[in-house]
This record gives sequence, structure tokens and C-alpha cells, in this order.
Amino acid sequence: MKTDIEPTSPTEPPALASSRGTGRIGDKVFLGLSRGSGILLLVIMAAIAAFLTVRAVSAISDDHGNFLTTFEWNTSSRPMVFGIAVLVYGTIVSSIIAMLIAVPVAVGIALFISHYAPRRLATPVAYVIDLLAAVPSIVYGLWGALFLVPHLTGLYKWLDDYLGWTKIFEYNDGTPRSLFTVGILLAIMIIPIVTSVSREVFRQVPQMHEEAALALGATRWEVIRMSVLPFGRSGIISASMLGLGRALGETMAVATVLSPNYLINASLLDPGGGTFAQNIASHFKEADGPARDALIASGLVLFVITLLVNGAARLIIARRKEYSGAAA
Amino acid sequence: MSNAVIDKSAVAGDAPRPGLKQPRLPKWTPIGLALISVGLGCGIGVAGDLSSKTQWGLIAALLFVLISFTLTTKVEGSRQAKDKLATSLIWVCFLLAVIPLVSLIWETVDRGRTVLDGYFLGHSMEGVQTILPGGGVYHAIIGTLEQVGIATAIAAPIGLLTAVYLVEYGRGKLAKAVTFFVDVMTGVPSIVAGLFILTFWIIILDFDYSGFAGAMALAILMMPIVVRSTEEMLKLVPNELREASLALGVPKWRTILKVVLPTAIGGIITGVMLAVARIAGESAPIMLLVFGATGINNNPFDGAQSSLPYYVYEQWQLGNDASYNRAWAAALVLIAFVMILNLLARGIARWKAPKSGR
Repeated sequence: MKTDIEPTSPTEPPALASSRGTGRIGDKVFLGLSRGSGILLLVIMAAIAAFLTVRAVSAISDDHGNFLTTFEWNTSSRPMVFGIAVLVYGTIVSSIIAMLIAVPVAVGIALFISHYAPRRLATPVAYVIDLLAAVPSIVYGLWGALFLVPHLTGLYKWLDDYLGWTKIFEYNDGTPRSLFTVGILLAIMIIPIVTSVSREVFRQVPQMHEEAALALGATRWEVIRMSVLPFGRSGIISASMLGLGRALGETMAVATVLSPNYLINASLLDPGGGTFAQNIASHFKEADGPARDALIASGLVLFVITLLVNGAARLIIARRKEYSGAAA
Repeated sequence: MSNAVIDKSAVAGDAPRPGLKQPRLPKWTPIGLALISVGLGCGIGVAGDLSSKTQWGLIAALLFVLISFTLTTKVEGSRQAKDKLATSLIWVCFLLAVIPLVSLIWETVDRGRTVLDGYFLGHSMEGVQTILPGGGVYHAIIGTLEQVGIATAIAAPIGLLTAVYLVEYGRGKLAKAVTFFVDVMTGVPSIVAGLFILTFWIIILDFDYSGFAGAMALAILMMPIVVRSTEEMLKLVPNELREASLALGVPKWRTILKVVLPTAIGGIITGVMLAVARIAGESAPIMLLVFGATGINNNPFDGAQSSLPYYVYEQWQLGNDASYNRAWAAALVLIAFVMILNLLARGIARWKAPKSGR
């Protein structure tokens, strides 16, 4: 809710106004400063788009492949041949896997904390989840590379045994540094974030709604289905979008668990593929001028994708502003 | 309950009233079922010669859900059964997610503490052979503190003023645009912020890699977080306070500085500290802009530095046991740093919580 302060009345007596000369100047300076900061933020956003676009255009004009459909990323040869097809595929697929795993689990945990867990368990669990949301992504990456990857072989063999015929879950022996692993790691990474935002929303469900449902004889699950989830829907969506934003742009955690190549595999479990952020991280150190521009071009695409995702999330939330929270 | 149709004759009579009370399973059922299904799970595991204990557990969990569902359907009806199913699923969700998260913390602490000591905290990697044990994280701690400090010095005032603008002055199109783009900016990936500073500062303005360049990228990531949290806090300040101050003839800017901000200061500090904790773990912009170094460089404005998250990545990349150990230890230091900031921030939030007017 906006706090409503009426602007000072324009018809105040001139005698009073003169005695407040310093206030006037102070007001102007302060308004200028704070408005200036707001404008600065807009300028930064515009500058990000503009600077990246300038470099990207020069890189794409040097590209002897098709920027959108070429699979390879060969920027050390001249002329350069590079394209983002594999990166688009890898980024989207790994993020989708992450969302499919993380969102139901996170909503489940949020419900667990808000409605199921005994009070003595709920408070510390909520606290720990909030702290886990702050664990840096590189730590997830290190854990993923040195602990998760070796432990996934069994699961992948099992998936291959029973679902291998779908081709999607076909697994040939090898270290499981695949897009599916990336998806799982990203899911583990964003679960705390999605959980803590959804929990916040579930806590704001009006007590009346729940009690009304209970009074009508609803079971606990029916209360959740009929009053908690409908109320929290936009909150869950925005929480998921927040998580999706993280997943799309995650760099180091992906770079540590994926062994990249420039092919699109039918199987999700076979090593290979790549994502935008990971590709930038892996190639940056050896990149010279034009190769760096090529990476910047791919960064621009990532930027646009995250802008679209976040903009969409904003629109969804704005449509249901009444549930937006804090000052309800 | 829906089938609690009151049987008139039963109400009149003194016999047990079957229509009023639903048949219920006794309270110990879940525990009993859990024991039975664990037993069955182990039995199947042994009989089927399944090597992985995880599979035993999964079979037991599945059996538990199935048995309790069918049993409840039989005795209590399908609505209750669905409720039970949902309860079990939510518990399963919770346990499933807790396993990796606990394992993450456990592994980091367990492997990190082998190398972590005073020597590790007090020395850099200068001249250390990377495949041998030894060396430390001092240069990375210095780098992180300086970069995060500069980023905070840039982002906190700008974020704070922007939030003041949005809450106290913001009307019309500009405020709407700022609100929208602050939200969008929250989603800018760290590597994109890094690429932007790279283009602007290193490619076009032709400066060298430095801690300051990294700090600017971190500041971009930090600003929207500060704006968001400060905004929420300023909105909590009761309007009566502002009105009282304005009614006494205090100009608006002094009202904001002397009344609004002090009231919300606890929450604002909390928000800034949480933002600091968030950016302290960013490694992508550091890789692009600060480049990483093995020696101690105390000057953030000149030459390559290191930082804790980037140090973890570097050591992981070296790929030998000694460097893995260093990576875990540095990760432990990083987690400890972030956690302490978080705990402090929450402490301040509780201590100085604004009294909302409700």
C-alpha cells in the first residue's frame, strides 16, 4: 500500500513560505537526490542493454555461422563460427527440469512449515531454510561436482533400466555430468528460495478463510486446496519465477557439474550440452577481443530471456495485486 | 463431517449413535504402519537382493503411502484418505529436500575443517605448489571484504534514496517505471552484470582488471535488493508519525531524515546486510572483472585480486586432493561469513523492529 501524504498545499500564505526558505531548498535538494537515484537505476538498465547490444552487433556481423541455429562455438578460428542453438536448448531444458522438481517440492515444504509441522519443528525448519537460501551458489557447485555427481550414477542406471526405451532417459556409462544433473542441482539450489517466498504467502492467508472451510467440515487437505492454494497462487507463481530467474542465470554451479559439448543429445542423462552462463564462464579466460564480443552477444540473449521471464512474472502479480503481501 | 447426518431416532434414543461419529483409525496407526512398511521394505530389499539402501527406504516409503491410503479409504472414507495421502506426500517432500540440503552443509563442514586453521586464514597462495597441501585464503578474504565494501558503499546510498523516492515522493509515470525496473533488475543474472561492466569499463574505457570493476558489478546486483527491502520497511512506518512531524511545520526532507528513516533504521540495516550476504557469494562477475590472483593485493583499484567464491572455483578447477581440500575449507569460510551476516541481520531486525501502527 502506498502511504498517502498529501503534497503541501499550493495555496499557503506567502508570509509563512518566506520563513521556510531553508526547508524549501532542502526539500528540492533531497527530492533531486532521491529522484536522481531512481533515474540512475533506469539509466543503468538502459546502459546494460545498450552496451551489450553494441558489442553483440559487431560480434554477430563477424559470425560466419548463423547466430541462432549454428551448434558449434568456434571463436578461436578466423573467421569465427558460433551459434546459440545448443545454449538455448541447454538453458531451457535444465531450467525446466529444475522447475519441475523444485516447485512442487518447495510448495510442499512451505505447506509443511505453515500447516503440517508441529510448531516446535516448524520454526527452526523455517529458519534453516531461510539460511540455506543464502548459501552461495559456488558452494552448491562444489558440492554438486564432488558429492552429487558420483552419487547419481545409481539413479541414472535405474532410470536407464526402466525408462531407457524412451531415449530421453538412455544412459551410457560415464560420469553423469549431464543436463539432467544440472537440473537436479539447480532444483536443490532454488528450493530454499521458492520455499521461503511461498511460505511467506501462505502465512498471509486470512485465518477466516481457513476457519470457514474447517467449519464446513473440510479436512486439512481440503482447506489447503480450497482456501490456501487459491489465495497463494500468484505468490507461488512469483516465487517460481524468482527461482527460474536464478536457474536461468546460474553460472558457477552449472560450470562445475556439466561437461559441455556442442551437441544436442536426445538423452538427458548423457554428458554434454551447455548453458549461456556456463559457456561464458568456460570460454572467457582464453577469449581475445572478437571472441569476447561473441560471448557478450550470448550474454545479451540471456539478458533478454531473463527480462522476459521477470516481466511476465510482474504482469501476473500486478493482475492480482490484492495478494501482493507485506502491507496487506 | 459430511456424512454426519443426524439420525432422528438415534438422537431420541439412548443407544450408541452410529450416524454421528465416523469410524476412525486409532491414533497409533501411522506409527504402526510406518514400522510395518519399514519391515516390509527391508524384507523386500533382502529378498530381492537390492544392494542400495536408498532403494529399501524408497520401497518402504511407497508401501507406507499405499497401505495407509487403502486402509483409510476402507475405514474412514475417501475424503479422509485423500487427506492422509496429502499429509504423507508433504512429509515425503520435506524429507526429500532435507536430505541434500543437510548433506551439503555436512560435507562442507566435514571436509572443510580438515585444512581450516590459523595458517589457512593467514596465508595466501603465493608460491604454493597447487598439488601440494599448504597455502591459504588470506588474499581472497581481503579481496572479498574490499570488493563487497566498495559495492555496499555504492549501492546502499543509491538504493536507499531510490526507496525514499518511491515511498515518500513517488507518483506518476517515473515512479511506476522505477518500480517495474527495480523488479526486473532483481532478475539480472550476475554474469550479465559482469559482462556489462566488462564492456563499459574494461573494453570501452580501457581500464585494467581490478577489484573496483568487480565491485561495480556487485553494486548493480545489490541495488535492487536494497531498494526492495528498504521500501518494505519505509511502508511500515506509521503515517501518523509523518503527519505529526509535518503538522509541526517541519519540512518534508527533515521529516524523512529525522523521523521516517530513524524509525525504520533497523529494518533498513537488516536489508542491506542480507544484500551484502547475497553478493558476497557471487563468483561470476569476479571471474570476468577481477581475474583472480594468487598473491595478496591490498589495493582494490589496481590490478587483479581474488575473492572467496572465486577462490573456491579456482581450487576446484585444479582438480587434485590438496586443492579440493582448500576449496572445501574456503567454502566453509564463505558459508560462515554469510551465515554470520544473516544471523546478525536477523538479530538487528528483531531488536529494532518498527512498531507498526496496527
